[in-house]
Amino acid sequence: MAKLIDARHIQVGYAQHPIINDLSITISRGQITTLIGPNGSGKSTLIRAMAKLLKIDQGVLTFDDQNLTTLSHKMLAKKLAVLPQTTQAKPELTVAELVTFGRLPYRKPLSGLTALDREKIDWALTKAHLTTLKDRPLTNLSGGQRQRAWIAMAIAQDTDTIILDEPTTYLDLPHQLEVMQLIQELNQSADRTIIMALHDLNHAARFSDNLIAIKDGALAASGTVNDVMTAENLRRIFNIDATLIAYEGRPLILTYETATPAEDVQ
Amino acid sequence: MKKQSFTVTLLGCVVLLIGLMAASLRWGADQTSLHNVWQAVTAAKTTNLDQQIVRTIRVPRVLGAALIGTALAGSGALMQSVTKNPLADSGLLGINAGAGFLLTICLAFFPHLTTLQTTAWAVVGAAMSAALIFAISTMQQTQLNPSTLVLAGIAISSLFTALSEGLALVGQLKQDLAFWYFSGMGAVSWSQLNHLGPWLLIGLIVALCLAPSLNIAYLSDNTAHSLGKSLPVLRALALVTVVILSGVSVALVGTITFVGLLVPHLARFLVGTNYRRVMPITLLLGASLTVAADLVARMVNPPQETPFGIIIALIGVPCFIYLARKEPHYAE
Repeated sequence: MAKLIDARHIQVGYAQHPIINDLSITISRGQITTLIGPNGSGKSTLIRAMAKLLKIDQGVLTFDDQNLTTLSHKMLAKKLAVLPQTTQAKPELTVAELVTFGRLPYRKPLSGLTALDREKIDWALTKAHLTTLKDRPLTNLSGGQRQRAWIAMAIAQDTDTIILDEPTTYLDLPHQLEVMQLIQELNQSADRTIIMALHDLNHAARFSDNLIAIKDGALAASGTVNDVMTAENLRRIFNIDATLIAYEGRPLILTYETATPAEDVQ
Repeated sequence: MKKQSFTVTLLGCVVLLIGLMAASLRWGADQTSLHNVWQAVTAAKTTNLDQQIVRTIRVPRVLGAALIGTALAGSGALMQSVTKNPLADSGLLGINAGAGFLLTICLAFFPHLTTLQTTAWAVVGAAMSAALIFAISTMQQTQLNPSTLVLAGIAISSLFTALSEGLALVGQLKQDLAFWYFSGMGAVSWSQLNHLGPWLLIGLIVALCLAPSLNIAYLSDNTAHSLGKSLPVLRALALVTVVILSGVSVALVGTITFVGLLVPHLARFLVGTNYRRVMPITLLLGASLTVAADLVARMVNPPQETPFGIIIALIGVPCFIYLARKEPHYAE
């Protein structure tokens, strides 16, 4: 499998306080790779480092065989689209206007949209099932529709890779599913590499090819879903005793309890 | 909004401005005819007294009013977008007051400076206020609460206004300074326009060029970065433009508030929220508002002039309240 991202001994942090320390991972092209880990483990930090939104203090991260530090934001914007955990925009902005922002990396100063821009915008709206909502302001959308609008902006950016930081947070179950299915479709039918952080482990197991588990800013486990989602790993990473079953060839957490400390078990 | 109706609105604003400017040249303490106005503006040489009044007094006054209106309105639009705050305005945020303060210092201690020199100091004063605002707004890591920014601006504005007034009292400058507080366009002369007009024009061209980028100013810095755009650079460019536009305006006619706050709202009311459209309409309407207010100021009680700021407030406040009530988002 061709490597897309290769991080070697990277250290990332805010100011002098490293959040990720000596982390080495690889992410393959064309797959869905999901970062899992407890709150504060460093998932968002790693995502921001991969998107060049945070400086990598030590180590080297290569993206598409190029050192990330040598890629300008403008160049990177044509290779990588990022959907941050919290989004903000003018409330009156319409879906179509938001999606049009996705074409910014390709637009020349003071010029209008090209035919290609329009084609990509229409395509993104269609993919995200937003064509009928395109003239609605973002404030008038449901949470799920708004999240799809942001994903559509990332689609319109027409990059091979899309990074999403907890794309289903604050959404109810059907809207979570809607977003996850859209992401899966982008991977399968549009051949996008997807890198995301998720809290819902069952979603991570169901929709991902590979998992990378992070704990305390260090790599805790990585590999295929079946390799990583084991009862032993979940106890070690999340401190839970999970009851796992296999469903359609993938692990599924039926229920879980707080792990009992090993010394108490007689 | 359809492209066609935007073109109609744009043309409407141009016609409105030209009409107001023509009216402003024709009427005043001394009435004249449109024929004289036309002769004064187009003829190579004139000996007619009316035409000379128009040419040497009214033309610079009207041009000055128009330029200052565009400058203040343009500053307002720039500030409102880059601070993501619909209440931002160079007056409300204390940038005009900063410029006024350094002008007062110039008048009190260095009365013999040239126009260009005092203007440069006014721009420095505007920059000083802008730097204070910038420092306050970046002290917190998190997104600045819109009301915090406005409160900080009001505090800075009050501080510099108080300092200016104190200095005026101590330096016995009340007379000289009165015209800043009751600012009027009557003081604008050809020589001032020649010196300062180009700076305003450059600022306005930059404001127009920044307009398309202002649409992304409402995104988070990270989202803009991942689209290959840098919001800190955009904010810096906008702030420098605002400092030049408002510093020069204050040096010309004193501190005028409200134009920058009101006009962008009016423009958004007419053409929607896309700054590609909002900016040109804002500039045209800003000019129309100040030219109209200046005309009214001269007409209410000729040959006395009614303070310009009072007219702006009388026209502007009802408009603003109407718009604010109409737009649900301002409540946020």
